[in-house]
Amino acid sequence: MSNEYVLELQHIRKEYPGVVALKDVSLSVKKGEILALIGENGAGKSTLIKTCSGAVIPTSGKLVVNGKEYSSMTPQLAAQNGIAIIYQEFNNVGELSAAENLFLGRPIRKGIIIDKAAMEREAKKAFEQLHIKIDPKALVKNLTVGYQQMIEIAKAIQQDAKILIMDEPSAPLTSAEVESMFEVVELLRKKGVSIIYISHRLEEIYRLSDRIVVLRDGEYIKTLITKDSHVEELIHLMVGRELNESYPPRKECINNKEVVLELKDVSGNGDIDISLKIHKGEVLGLGGLVGAGRTELAEMIFGSVQKEAGQIILNGKEINPKDPREAIDLGIALVPEDRKRHGALLGNSIMKNINMPIYSRTSKLSIINKKIEHDTAEKYQKEMAIKTPSLHQLVKNLSGGNQQKVILGKWMAANSELIIFDEPTRGIDVGAKYEIYKLINDLVEKGKTVLLISSEMEELIGMSDRILVLSEGRITGMLEKNEFDPDLIMTFASAVREEQA
Amino acid sequence: MKEKVLYQLKDKAIWVVFVILFIGFTIANPRFIETKNLFTIARQVSMYGIASIGMTFVILIAGIDLSTGSVITVVNIVCAYLMVNSGMNMVLAVICSLIIATLIGILNGFMVSSIGIPAIIATFATQTVFEGAAYLMSGGTPIFGFNEKFKVLGQGYVGPVPIPVIVMAACFAAGSFILNKTFFGRYFYAVGGNEDAARLSGIRVGRMKYLIYALSGFFAGLAGIVLLSRTNSGQPTAGKGYEFDVITCVVLGGVSVNGGYGKLSNVLAGVLIIGALSNGMVLMNVSSYTQMVIKGVILAFAVGFDCIQKKKQGDQ
Repeated sequence: MSNEYVLELQHIRKEYPGVVALKDVSLSVKKGEILALIGENGAGKSTLIKTCSGAVIPTSGKLVVNGKEYSSMTPQLAAQNGIAIIYQEFNNVGELSAAENLFLGRPIRKGIIIDKAAMEREAKKAFEQLHIKIDPKALVKNLTVGYQQMIEIAKAIQQDAKILIMDEPSAPLTSAEVESMFEVVELLRKKGVSIIYISHRLEEIYRLSDRIVVLRDGEYIKTLITKDSHVEELIHLMVGRELNESYPPRKECINNKEVVLELKDVSGNGDIDISLKIHKGEVLGLGGLVGAGRTELAEMIFGSVQKEAGQIILNGKEINPKDPREAIDLGIALVPEDRKRHGALLGNSIMKNINMPIYSRTSKLSIINKKIEHDTAEKYQKEMAIKTPSLHQLVKNLSGGNQQKVILGKWMAANSELIIFDEPTRGIDVGAKYEIYKLINDLVEKGKTVLLISSEMEELIGMSDRILVLSEGRITGMLEKNEFDPDLIMTFASAVREEQA
Repeated sequence: MKEKVLYQLKDKAIWVVFVILFIGFTIANPRFIETKNLFTIARQVSMYGIASIGMTFVILIAGIDLSTGSVITVVNIVCAYLMVNSGMNMVLAVICSLIIATLIGILNGFMVSSIGIPAIIATFATQTVFEGAAYLMSGGTPIFGFNEKFKVLGQGYVGPVPIPVIVMAACFAAGSFILNKTFFGRYFYAVGGNEDAARLSGIRVGRMKYLIYALSGFFAGLAGIVLLSRTNSGQPTAGKGYEFDVITCVVLGGVSVNGGYGKLSNVLAGVLIIGALSNGMVLMNVSSYTQMVIKGVILAFAVGFDCIQKKKQGDQ
């Protein structure tokens, strides 16, 4: 029985300080099989495959490769055992030729001289074997992303990979390129290579895989035989949890149908033809998978990236913010996803952070009014309930939740009307999360308008008045409150519906 | 409480070094501590001090300005040329020279901010260009023969205090005002700490960079005028190597080369230390080449100390 499997992961557990990333996950791959690995963002797929490459050392559990047991891998061991991973980021060197990339780090040599001709000959053979049409002499930077990926695959096969792990391989490709990638994958299967295929595009999984392993929140959920399973079942297994977290109640205040922000066919920054309306006092949820183009949309509204086409209309007037300053002055605010890199000025005090957008408004002849500076900071420190011994405390010394409140306080001080939250509770503990939710409710009750980007299904459903779902830069679904359903949102986010329709 | 005392001590560490250095030199040569010698030191460092204010702003935003020395030279030659060869009124000549210095700063700002050339290369280019230009303009020979009144700025005294020292003090006061009392100061620290977050907080980072490099050019220009008045002749190599001493003063004063952290008061200590060191070493008959070795080592240590601090913070 055990000989049937070329790779088995048994009871893998991985803990990081304070977080369990993987809890008792087991899976096994047969020779010549395509095993799909699916799960929502943060389900633990990446961590799991990194245990196979040696990039992550499991806390407990073991790996069985070709019958040999290991408690952990190293990159060398993985290579010796024929395990190769195709990441989303390629390890190609753009200035070198396809052949040179194929033999990167282990060139064919004649003495100390690199034998270019021999490498090109070998590369030609390797590419032909996989039916890939690449000129070995072509510089990699001139090749399409699809071909660059093919080189990565060819490199793995050249190095005698028996187990190929592919992390979202179709994500950067055009549909034609995806087709050729599928052909190569099928070919490899016939040659007896085992493949672990990670993707959130369900149609690909149905087309390619033999079996499907579902992960959720770092836990192993189920293994399915692909041909016996249904899309609905799969989605339910991926999302599958009960909505058990409680959300603070909000007074209904969208009797008002006044449109605050309207987008008309906005394109650019990877988004295509986005049209939407946000009403005063509403929380519009923006759902989708990572890379669906939600942050990119926020950037265009906030002026940090310019749109290419379409109209942004704020309170009935068309706007074209050319930088965040202009957007801020128009009453738009952004609470960015990466709090430490984009949100807070960590090396500055709470007081300076809160006042930063309004210094130019509250100063006379550029001289700071220290009283206004202090009073403003104090007011919003109290309003946001920022826990700190002093307003002069540096923001880097605050907890994640309090940092988020400082950022929010800053936008309240700036008198923002439309606040865009991008993953506002990522990396924040449960208690602080609830407080952030309450603050969002407060905003809405005061007549502010919120655009909430969230990858957490519960949060999206718990906080939004309506939900708009994006997939690959396009709007794929729109749900009113009575239609909220995790499975449906996931379906829109994976854009399966479009395929079936 | 103990932490607070430690913090205070660390913050003022540079002044402690300053005091120790003074005591050391006084023991080695009692003439060092004489009032006359102290004012000599202060006068000698005043050019560094004036230029270090602009440099502090630049380094605060994690930039660098290598054109300081060239700007000083350009101002020397241009101002001398205008006064002597064009017979221009001396106040007007000074104003014109300062405008040119500021324009060179704006050119740096344009290259760094609008084109995106790394500051070290952009300002290195202007350094070379204007060093050459000043030489061409002067024909390689010094220009002299100024109005008698002109030398007051560099050589005059108010009571026992040399005028260049007063100019430096006024510049430090102006610099501190900009940094601590105006929102520009707040912006400088914010941009230096995290450019992306600063932009997303509504700061127009590009404009800030223009302003900062312009100020750096202006202060370097002012240092050049004081130098010109002191030497009383426009030298085609007047400012050569100045940027090195000025950068050393600033980083010795604890301004982080990674941006976002530093105080002008400590930069003053850095300036005085470099001045005392040069003066003390001259009194002790240390050759200028040995001085170069020592100053280079000091620069490496000052930056190394800053980087170790940064690393420690990163580890936490």
